[in-house]
Amino acid sequence: MSIITANRTTLDDNGLFPSNEVMLDLKSLKKVYPTPKGDYVVLEDLNLQIRKEEFVTIIGHSGCGKTTMLSMIAGLNDISGGNISVLGKHIKGPGPDRGVIFQSPSLMPWMTALQNVLLGVNQVFPDATKAQRNDIAKYYLQKVGLEDAFNKRASELSQGMQQRVGIARAFAIKPKVLLLDEPFGMLDSLTRGELQDILIEIWNKEKITAVMITHDVDEAIFLADRVVMMTSGPKAKIGDILNIDFERPRTRKSVLEHDDYYKYRKHLIDFLEH
Amino acid sequence: MKQSITLDKITKFMGFEFLRTLKLIFTGKIEKEDFRNFLRKVVVPLASMLLFIGLWHMGSQALYNTEATYKIEKALTEQGQEAADAMEACIASGAVKCQPNTLPSPAQVWASFNTLLDDHFAIRADKQAFAEKTAALNAKRIAEGKDAITYTGRPSFVDQILTSIKTVFAGFLLALLIAVPIGIVIGLSKTLRSSVNWLIQIFKPVSPVVWLLLVFMIVKTLTKDSNSDSAFIISFISVGLCSMWATLVNTAMGVSSVDKDYINVAKVLKLGTFQKVFKVILPSALPLIFTGLRITLSVSWMVLIAIELLAQSPGLGSFVWEEFQNGAIDSNSKIIVAMFIIGGIGFLLDRIMLTVQNMISFNKNDGI
Ligand SMILES: Nc1ncnc2c1ncn2[C@@H]1O[C@H](COP(=O)(O)OP(=O)(O)O)[C@@H](O)[C@H]1O
Ligand SMILES: [Mg+2]
Repeated sequence: MSIITANRTTLDDNGLFPSNEVMLDLKSLKKVYPTPKGDYVVLEDLNLQIRKEEFVTIIGHSGCGKTTMLSMIAGLNDISGGNISVLGKHIKGPGPDRGVIFQSPSLMPWMTALQNVLLGVNQVFPDATKAQRNDIAKYYLQKVGLEDAFNKRASELSQGMQQRVGIARAFAIKPKVLLLDEPFGMLDSLTRGELQDILIEIWNKEKITAVMITHDVDEAIFLADRVVMMTSGPKAKIGDILNIDFERPRTRKSVLEHDDYYKYRKHLIDFLEH
Repeated sequence: MKQSITLDKITKFMGFEFLRTLKLIFTGKIEKEDFRNFLRKVVVPLASMLLFIGLWHMGSQALYNTEATYKIEKALTEQGQEAADAMEACIASGAVKCQPNTLPSPAQVWASFNTLLDDHFAIRADKQAFAEKTAALNAKRIAEGKDAITYTGRPSFVDQILTSIKTVFAGFLLALLIAVPIGIVIGLSKTLRSSVNWLIQIFKPVSPVVWLLLVFMIVKTLTKDSNSDSAFIISFISVGLCSMWATLVNTAMGVSSVDKDYINVAKVLKLGTFQKVFKVILPSALPLIFTGLRITLSVSWMVLIAIELLAQSPGLGSFVWEEFQNGAIDSNSKIIVAMFIIGGIGFLLDRIMLTVQNMISFNKNDGI
């Protein structure tokens, strides 16, 4: 099994990308959870490089440590060993350079959609005028199709609409890396499709490096430049990486009709069933 | 889009939905499916109310008869047949001096209620007359730098109610001003929380009586040479101290148990402490804080009566106590009137808190 099947021309002698192309670099990452029955090593010697403007999806069995890895990148979970760097600099704790879209929308239910987005925008653009910040927030809410719901309270919105606000909030703070943990996992398949389209449309424009966990193989292929497969825990690491060479912008139809689609799909399912 | 607050919404908020149903009936807008609602929300409560009054009436009748029989028999064994006949005739005549002293009937309570109202209007008229009479004199006294002459007559029942409400609000405000800030501070710090926990656990169950005595010891000394109303001060401080614990505990709990997702959002956005507290933690703790405040208000009202009674401070509590000691023929029914008023006001206060709570918090609470 080839560990990295990425485009050979961009790799150096050690099988790594040239450092000026790398946005996110996980080196020998380790995570240990202390439990009553002794230490539980979730991740060990995990190496992964993600290039600038790349969209990477991560699949793996439930409980293998995907959320653990993503929350470590976000800085919300301590690193037990190894390191994580963004643009060559080791991360220290959370920060708005790494935006997160959580599985549950995690909006402040007492705030309106606009206030939720502004909460981040105000923080990241303290020098902008109030009007400018409002414009930024409204722009992204429009992008996710919520132009009629600026002043609706988050608690009044449906799950799907709330997650749209979550997307707007994440993009509006213009992070270097966007981290998504099964953001559409709780939605019905119709809404999920809609939100995938919205996400990829904004992403095509902003080209923010994105790392997204999903358990949906079709979603993984449709959105990604590369699909990263994690081995089952304990001591999970990167098992395999699959390049998705579809052109962008993609449409769902063109992807489904592409000759390679079923080849990719089979590759992923074979990995998961092993 | 601001939600407009209509009368319908307010009545629904306050749990008076049957008012809406009544309105539908009177405006002729009732539909078939509303009829069941009408039965459930209007007819059944009314019927149970009538049943209650009926049972009460029968009960008081039975108690009256028992007491009367006892009186007659006592007269018979102690003074002979003649005295017993005289007693029986006296009771039947309804004369005040020999009425059995027992649970008053609904009709007697209603009569006492009207008496108290009449008394109130009489006193009010008296007060007004007094004010008119002394207006010129008072103006002169004030011009000369002397204190005005004030009305010193007996307070009416309604005055007592107002005093009680004033005391309870002062106590509630005190509880709010002490408990909410302290609750926030100890909610934010785990260390602080465990270090003051013993104090809260010990003081929380202390009875109103003890608080009153404690406050009395302190306030008595502090107000020795001022002419402030120390009975009022003592009772409202005691009320505040008794009732603040629910708010303190709920605020601390609300602040310390904010959803982890919200905290993560605050962390990712790197919100400062001020922003984190005021934009994330407090709003999310608000429902619990209000639950605490609601409990605090009902506890305030409940302990107020006992405290007034003990502190001899004017209000419903001392009204009840005075009537009890008075032992006049209608004292018992006046006490029952006070009981209903106390219950009714307590209910109303709770509804007001529930309304405020519903308007402020983001997950709606059904009131019970
Ligand atoms: N805080 C924690 N303490 C102990 N064990 C944990 C903790 N969080 C997660 N785990 C364990 O680590 C493993 C990986 O969890 P997670 O990263 O959530 O998996 P995934 O997101 O891939 O489903 C699971 O076995 C889980 O039980
Ligand atoms: Mg997970």
